[in-house]
Amino acid sequence: MATGNAIDPIHQFIVAPLAQIRIGGIDASFTNASLFMVVVLLAATFLMIIGTAQKSIVPGRLQSAAEMAYEFVASTVRGTTGTEGMKFFPLVFSLFMFVLLSNLIGLIPYTFTVTSQIVVTFALAGLVILTVIIYGVAKHGTHFLHLFVPSGVAPALLPFIVLIEVISFVSRPISLSVRLFANMLAGHITLKVFGAFVALLLSAGGWAAISPLPLVGIVALTAFELLVAFLQAYVFAILTCVYLNDALHPGH
Amino acid sequence: MANSATSNTAHTEVPGGHAKGPFPPFDPNVFAPQLIWLALVFGALYLLMSRIALPRIESIFEARRARIAADVDDASSMQSKAQAAGAAYEKTLADAKAAAQATAQSTRDKLATDSAAKRKSLEDQLNAKLADAERSIADTKAQAMSHVTEIATTAAADIVAHLTGKPADVQKIAAAIASTKA
Repeated sequence: MATGNAIDPIHQFIVAPLAQIRIGGIDASFTNASLFMVVVLLAATFLMIIGTAQKSIVPGRLQSAAEMAYEFVASTVRGTTGTEGMKFFPLVFSLFMFVLLSNLIGLIPYTFTVTSQIVVTFALAGLVILTVIIYGVAKHGTHFLHLFVPSGVAPALLPFIVLIEVISFVSRPISLSVRLFANMLAGHITLKVFGAFVALLLSAGGWAAISPLPLVGIVALTAFELLVAFLQAYVFAILTCVYLNDALHPGH
Repeated sequence: MANSATSNTAHTEVPGGHAKGPFPPFDPNVFAPQLIWLALVFGALYLLMSRIALPRIESIFEARRARIAADVDDASSMQSKAQAAGAAYEKTLADAKAAAQATAQSTRDKLATDSAAKRKSLEDQLNAKLADAERSIADTKAQAMSHVTEIATTAAADIVAHLTGKPADVQKIAAAIASTKA
């Protein structure tokens, strides 16, 4: 019956190699996480490339979904960074699709949630911040440092303001990655705990009568997690746009 | 407890995980493979999206915009053609109406003048005939009146001869008749 694994809500986050690969002493094993990254890639390819293969003037369902994704991210980028931010549109779009599909696919039972790994979300956030720094310095040079010096601040306050700005800039990749990671982790743990309740109640004699309650909870939570999955992808995309906007227009 | 058996199998996770060791998401041993595969997969995703998917959707939007603009242009040119055709139709109709009215008017005028002329000639004829008739009546009357004197004279002479038994004096009778006629 119920083993330790059955009610261990952390078990679902274990990364286990499916094929051992070592390149120059570095572990590059193809793990269950890698498998679902590839699944996400395939799903994105299916939607965005196979779905648009017909290039219909009047789109079908899949092409409509692909166009909606495009329009949604494009309007987010345009609304946040203006038209010149559209050069980062492919990056933001790829990030959005990767995070959204990881979150959604992770909600399917028996799957692995790629974005529930802090190293993955931190790598994505680091990619965003590196893009901001490299583009900002390349485009504006030292003027990029005006990002930390808001105009119209009293000279006496300036050191504190600059300190705060620097801290807020440095904490961006952390907040960006931890927000996504923690949302996914917490949501999946909650689902798992409720699932374990059902199993425990069913195996507890008379208590089995109230086992439908956590089951209803799982249904509601799954709907909520669907919302969170979409919302976190959107938040990740829009914060990426906001940070890129700093690289485009420092000193605001 | 078939249900709990089912829920026991509902564990997706790869077996072999152990409760000990670090919290799985913070296990540094799995950082390297995840980063390597993330780089590969995300790089591939970025290339596929930026090189194929997004330009393709842009071209679809562009084609749609061009198609809609062309359709709107077609529709407006069709509309102006239809309006021109409608105006031409109205003009033809008005022309035809005017022509028909002119024909009808001229026919009516012609008929009126014809009938007026006919009536006039007929009236003239009738008047002439009337005048002839009046003249012949007057002639006949005058002729008849001239005979009246002769008849009266003869009748008076006969009456006188009959009454007196001797021939009457015709000249006296004529004078008497003439005096009564006067």
